[in-house]
Amino acid sequence: MSAETDQLAATWQDPPGLLGWFSAVDHKTIGIRFIVTAFGFFILGGLEAATMRLQLARPDNGLIGPDLYNQIFTMHGTTMMFLFAVPLVLAFGVYFVPLMVGARAMALPRLLAFGYWIYLFGGIFLYVMFALNIGPDQGWFSYVPLAGPEYGIGKRADVWAQLITFTEVSGLIVAICLVTTIFKLRAPGMSLNRIPLFVWSELVTSFMVIFAMPSVMIASTTLILDRLVGTHFYNPADGGDPILWQHLFWFFGHPEVYIIFLPAQGIMSMLLSTFSHRPVFGHQALMLSLTATAFIGFGVWVHHMFATGLPQLGISFFTAASIMIVIPTGVQIFCWIATLWGARIRYDTPMLYALAFFVIFIIGGLTGVMLASVPLDLQVHDTFFVVAHLHYVLIGGSVFPLLGGFHYWFPKMTGRMLSERLGKIAFALLFIGFNLTFFPQHVLGLHGMPRRVYTYPENMGWGTLNLLASTGAVTMFIALCIYLANVIISRRSGAIAGENPWDAPTLEWTTSSPPPAYNFSPLPTVTGTDPVWEHTDEVPIVVGVASECREVLVTHVMDAEPDHKKEWPEPSIWPLWTALVITGLFIGSIFTPWAVVVGAIPATFAMVGWFWPKRGQSPEALIRRLEAGDHPPLEQVL
Amino acid sequence: MSRPAIDVSELPPLAFGHRGIVWWATMGVIAIEGAMFVLVMVTYLYLKGRSPHWPPGFFPPDLRWGTLNTIVLLASTVPNQFAKSAAEKFDLRGARFWLVVALAFALAFNIIRIFEFRTLNVWWDSNAYGSVTWTLLGLHTTHILTDFIDSCVLAGVLYFGPVKASLMVDLSENSLYWYFVVLAWLPIYALIYWAPRLA
Repeated sequence: MSAETDQLAATWQDPPGLLGWFSAVDHKTIGIRFIVTAFGFFILGGLEAATMRLQLARPDNGLIGPDLYNQIFTMHGTTMMFLFAVPLVLAFGVYFVPLMVGARAMALPRLLAFGYWIYLFGGIFLYVMFALNIGPDQGWFSYVPLAGPEYGIGKRADVWAQLITFTEVSGLIVAICLVTTIFKLRAPGMSLNRIPLFVWSELVTSFMVIFAMPSVMIASTTLILDRLVGTHFYNPADGGDPILWQHLFWFFGHPEVYIIFLPAQGIMSMLLSTFSHRPVFGHQALMLSLTATAFIGFGVWVHHMFATGLPQLGISFFTAASIMIVIPTGVQIFCWIATLWGARIRYDTPMLYALAFFVIFIIGGLTGVMLASVPLDLQVHDTFFVVAHLHYVLIGGSVFPLLGGFHYWFPKMTGRMLSERLGKIAFALLFIGFNLTFFPQHVLGLHGMPRRVYTYPENMGWGTLNLLASTGAVTMFIALCIYLANVIISRRSGAIAGENPWDAPTLEWTTSSPPPAYNFSPLPTVTGTDPVWEHTDEVPIVVGVASECREVLVTHVMDAEPDHKKEWPEPSIWPLWTALVITGLFIGSIFTPWAVVVGAIPATFAMVGWFWPKRGQSPEALIRRLEAGDHPPLEQVL
Repeated sequence: MSRPAIDVSELPPLAFGHRGIVWWATMGVIAIEGAMFVLVMVTYLYLKGRSPHWPPGFFPPDLRWGTLNTIVLLASTVPNQFAKSAAEKFDLRGARFWLVVALAFALAFNIIRIFEFRTLNVWWDSNAYGSVTWTLLGLHTTHILTDFIDSCVLAGVLYFGPVKASLMVDLSENSLYWYFVVLAWLPIYALIYWAPRLA
């Protein structure tokens, strides 16, 4: 047995050395890189938020001026949405989906590596530009005409538009990798209805990415075209229309919220099930709710545009659709309550984050129902009421479960436990700080304080509540520092975790912590939704998958019966080269359209280098073998 | 070691169509690109709906080259289908021959595309109608060009190697992607060439 695992380790390990580091294709390696990078951007986005809160702490403050303030709130929104939240929810999928479905590897591993590099380079590009005082300053939604050629002078709006290209390419690639993995690499026995809810949420999210992100790609590309080569998409003087921008942006922008939110709901189901130690109530109802939320999520974008003077009938439809979202969300909340009902709950730190979700998200959801009604929306449009709402929904609905999920899975990723004591202190401070920061903003909004304005006069009477909010922001800052310190300390000296420290039910907990390069040996099969709890020695294992080459078992979409075995791609440096060349192309095209033409040449060479097979036989030799009848399934394709 | 086991050692090393990984990756790309095409077409219709005249102030694009190209594109599905079925029979010689024939069609299409651009009768910076017409045609051309280059590389590998039998799967899905580019063209053709005439 150990000879086989040695062989598997040798086969699946990423190559050593610096070149090997850049060639890595293991989904766990890439997943960790995604997670660390996304948290890095979270810190930057958080510092931007803290700077804004310091500026707003008292009236007529002169800490930063209006121009820098514009850049900072744009950078904050852009960073949190495009560089933190979406990459992080997908990153958890990259690391855990193959483990949770019992696969040896992730589908399309080189493409995945390319997706990471493009994301990293896009983020670096944005922050270099910000450091050079060319940071975008028109809001994370980049409305025209403010971002158009007439008012958006300089290169700031182009930097934003091209950052979108980077992050969307990366997000779309990861989505394809996830969908393919979830559909084709599940352990035998894991039929669609037995997929763990987190994996299902990643599947639904990936489909949302695939159908929503093209919209913002089209939007940002046409914006660059307007700015660079003089097209008129958004120029009303020549037949264009600024409202078109809002349609394209929010057709992406609202699904974006669910892209961030649904995987967090998947994490919620995992946490509640583990810490109440029973299968989640209504597994299939929860699957259907996630799916329904995704579908409805594509039909509500106009509720971001109530103040644009659209026809009354259309607006009523979008109000109805927006309110309809509470049905699947309500089903989920009640399923979770039923899961907890009468259970012996363990209040470990991850569970505290899950419970906080209920409080915070439900407040955010309620203000969401309020905002879906047009008269109220018009009254508080562009005020801090909206800021409070969106932070309650996004931080409560996504960041809290994500932080809880990180706490939960940290032992699996590192082999060590996070400190419960530090974890609970950080949680308590974060919960208090969060509410202190954002609850007063509801009131400020109702009092008429506008968003995105760098200061306010003293006689408006907003000073006290703002100071309270800024105090809350400092509290959150301290809480997150403790969280970070906990990660750093526990990484070195935390208690050894073992395979399954939480006694959790899903497959990732059946392998060692951290998992080996080959994930599982032997490969598992499953007979239900909670394999660890249902496990007996009667559940079969998979044998007959080669260990001396990168062979992966591919299964059927519906019932995951074994179908064929495919040889997996080796590690490769070419995704990195390709990403570098494409980065040059993207950045160059901010300045001249010819960059696309010139950049296409090295990009083509890089991709040819990527795709050209490195091993095999001469075509004539293969033809002779095939014509002699020696072809698959008999041939071992080596 | 008394646990029951599922022995998969006899399973084949590759599979065509939806059983395979490459098919799903290709379908993912098709979904993304299809969404992009639909969104630009919706943009076209949106701008058209907001304009009292269509095309505003210009002659519609000449029918000749666009229609000829539609015929070329539809005809190109024939060699692609031959290449696909040869690949699925592991007939490498036949597959690469038909791939080269399909490439000839794609090359002809790209050349005629130049004439299409020249007879649109509007520039991209003339007005929003020109912008969206050029973008629609440009987006489709990008797909034709990239698939052309992609197929050239595949043909190069099949003639010069090194090759593996699993390349037959890539070739089969390459044809699938080409069908998508062909199908996507039909509504785009209708919009660019006929919407200005029927309006």
